[in-house]
Amino acid sequence: MSMAEALQTFFAEARGLLLEMEEALLKLEDEPGDQDALNAVFRAAHTIKGSAGLFGLDGIVAFTHTAESVLDLARDGKLPVDDRLTGLFLECRDHIERLLDLATADAGLDDETRDAGAALSERLATYLGASDGDKHLPEEAVSSVERIPGSASDDNVWHISLRFARDVLQNGMDPLSFIRYLATIGDVLHVTTLPDALPPAAEMNPELCYLGFEVRLRSDADKSRIENVFEFVREGSAIRILPPGSRIQDYQRLIEDLPEDNLRLGDLLVASGAVTRRELEEALSLQSGRQARGADDAALLGNVLVSEQVVQPEVVDAALNKQKEARSRQSQESKLLRVHADKLDSLINLVGELVIAGAGLGMLAAREKDAAMVEAVSGVARLVEEIRDGAMRLRMVEIGETFNRFRRVVRDVCKETGKDIELVINGADTELDKTVVDRIGDPLTHLVRNAVDHGIESSALRAERGKPAQGTVSLNACHESGGIVIEVADDGGGLNRDKILAKARSRGLIAEGQELADADVWNLIFEPGFSTADQVSNLSGRGVGMDVVKRSIEALRGTVEIESRAGRGSIFRIRLPLSLAIIDGFLMSVADGHFVVPLDMVLECVELNGKEAANGRDYIDLRGEVLPLLRLKDHFALEGPSSRRRNVVVVHWGGRKAGLVVDELKGELQAVIKPLGQLFSGLRGLSGSTILGSGEVALVLDVPMLLEQALLHESRQLNPLQTDRMARRNVGVPA
Amino acid sequence: MTALAKIQDRSPTKAGGQELEQYLTFMLQGEVFAIGILHIKEIIEYGKLTTVPMMPEFIRGVINLRGAVVPVVDLGSRFGRGRSEIDRRSCIVILELQAGGDTQVIGVVVDAVNEVLEIGDESITPPPAFGANIRTDFIQGMGRLEDGFVIILDVDNILSVEDLKTIGQVGELAG
Repeated sequence: MSMAEALQTFFAEARGLLLEMEEALLKLEDEPGDQDALNAVFRAAHTIKGSAGLFGLDGIVAFTHTAESVLDLARDGKLPVDDRLTGLFLECRDHIERLLDLATADAGLDDETRDAGAALSERLATYLGASDGDKHLPEEAVSSVERIPGSASDDNVWHISLRFARDVLQNGMDPLSFIRYLATIGDVLHVTTLPDALPPAAEMNPELCYLGFEVRLRSDADKSRIENVFEFVREGSAIRILPPGSRIQDYQRLIEDLPEDNLRLGDLLVASGAVTRRELEEALSLQSGRQARGADDAALLGNVLVSEQVVQPEVVDAALNKQKEARSRQSQESKLLRVHADKLDSLINLVGELVIAGAGLGMLAAREKDAAMVEAVSGVARLVEEIRDGAMRLRMVEIGETFNRFRRVVRDVCKETGKDIELVINGADTELDKTVVDRIGDPLTHLVRNAVDHGIESSALRAERGKPAQGTVSLNACHESGGIVIEVADDGGGLNRDKILAKARSRGLIAEGQELADADVWNLIFEPGFSTADQVSNLSGRGVGMDVVKRSIEALRGTVEIESRAGRGSIFRIRLPLSLAIIDGFLMSVADGHFVVPLDMVLECVELNGKEAANGRDYIDLRGEVLPLLRLKDHFALEGPSSRRRNVVVVHWGGRKAGLVVDELKGELQAVIKPLGQLFSGLRGLSGSTILGSGEVALVLDVPMLLEQALLHESRQLNPLQTDRMARRNVGVPA
Repeated sequence: MTALAKIQDRSPTKAGGQELEQYLTFMLQGEVFAIGILHIKEIIEYGKLTTVPMMPEFIRGVINLRGAVVPVVDLGSRFGRGRSEIDRRSCIVILELQAGGDTQVIGVVVDAVNEVLEIGDESITPPPAFGANIRTDFIQGMGRLEDGFVIILDVDNILSVEDLKTIGQVGELAG
């Protein structure tokens, strides 16, 4: 890996760490005592500092170092974690992000950033000054070793066996500092250094750590706290912590597990007072005896413990379970791969080609009418489908990370407006395509900001209305019929119907005296530029950029709808397809052209009988329901012969139904969606194209847009005076 | 074809060690045009074109170019001379255009491709103010050959996506 690539990796990682840091800080703000969160913040800062150092990004190192020092104090409990501190660290985090941005752009510090950095450093320094240089812990630690040489009492004496990862020094960690840090949670009674792994001087790499350490520590801390000391070096290191009064078997196991020679290690353990000479001998004889017998069950510590009636079986079981859990979690972590998005994209593209080629093969086989061939091809097709699904799953990410970003948004807006709002997140583990996740962030931010800023009323008003002072904004995600639904809900005042109507009338969007259903009223706020003028009302802002929100969602082949009740709050419900790249589609032909509709929109297909086709009306009786029809051939002004027997494809979308009149039904297919390109970006009613097995290009219909357009067209023709958008909602009958 | 073969015979000698640019010449409604070879990705046979509805006349449709969907423009109607008739010599010239950092691949329908020839910079004169019967901003220059001029097309202007899109949207509104 070249330095430039490594640098890119660093930037990507650092950004990830900053996200974690933000999350942890927000958690800290809620629960100031959360040690895990504090550690996470520290870890993020520390890792960024370390890595930045490797790349010579001194600005980041210097600033992060100051921040880290303050964090260190907080971690030691020498500094209370309060809102002021977390607020400051959120600002620090943002500053680090700015520094990273500048470094990414390879730009120097601008004045503004420098000043901001200096101001923050100054504020950080006040904390450092206040707590009176406890940074000299190391010296203290060393002296404490001398003061209490191998205390007689074995109460609370832990045995810690450390074999750091070889590359620990290269990662910017000094093993010594960890041992010194131990002194802050207890007394280091004895440290033995094991130079056994040292290779001959000629082969030694001075950047690697060859030393092992055996430490006796007297401490009241619990095991996790001691473990946490080594949190940053846990990876790749062998760290064993034996609790006070550990049984001989524990030591025995330790002796077996460690790479050094048994006897040598045993001696060291005796020397450090962890075991007595007698215990050691016993252990070693037990060990060799067991090896001689070759018995497996004896090797299990748990069994030994139970048979010796040291502990009850249940306790062992519980411990074992816990151990298993921890292990599986760890192995899960290590199973994560960082893959460049480009590689994934090209894989998906190839899979797309494979799907197309497979379809071509299927067509050929069907034409040959060779049964064995058809069977083989269908086997291949099934595998291709699985590969497709697998490849698509690779792109699936949980929406939780995007949602978590909004904690910060909500917090900041709360601070600005002085409101007290809780953000509730449901369904964070709902997965959807990475591309969709990336592109839904901005519209969602807009909706969340709106909900916090304009949706939730001020505390005073809430109290007046008899609501709890704390407002709630919730982000929900769930799967629904081949798509995902994301809701941004608030328990605020809801949209103001009268105001929207008044506004719409004054802008000429609706005629005077015209009455609208609620849903139509709410949709008015998606009109471009709607309500930007009236900045003081509750309504204002809700309209600012809402047209942009709607457009970005539609660009993702999604829809947005609003539910709102005065005084109770509103819900913005976004429906999105799971993926943009490959869909299950339904193929049909009109005149000479082929068209595809997403399969999950198709309800059924019925034949258009001659009588109904002839009478010139654009609706049919579908089992007693009126179903409006859209004749694709007429709508698209397609030329070419149309078949005498035509079919109606009944599609549903957003709770409405309509029928598309087509010539021929061709059945299901897997469609690899190819964008039509910029040239066709103004085209409404088509969302893309796909290549058929025959090599022909079929067009993918954008059903919602198509229906809307058809309606617009008709209302314009029939009633030129009426505003087009009025009838929009009546496109279909309720499903 | 014979007339064009002659052009080929003479053109390389004209430049005499000067900077030479290569151009593809092709027939369009009885006239010869040229396009700088650096814009051209490949030339394919006309066929299997899918019409995209509700687009202006000069956008004939899209084709499948080895898995990529590529729009095809009819140069004849882009010049306002009506659509080209398709016969067995019709070709689609696939062009690669740089627009705002993106590479845009667009095909154009021509009646027949002729040859690649070299025209020296000194043999290229600015377009006439009028008389070429084509918008002047579509013309990059007039290549002087021994038996007359050939219009060198400015494909960046002719196929400017922004431009084509605007026309497309106007068409949609009208429809």
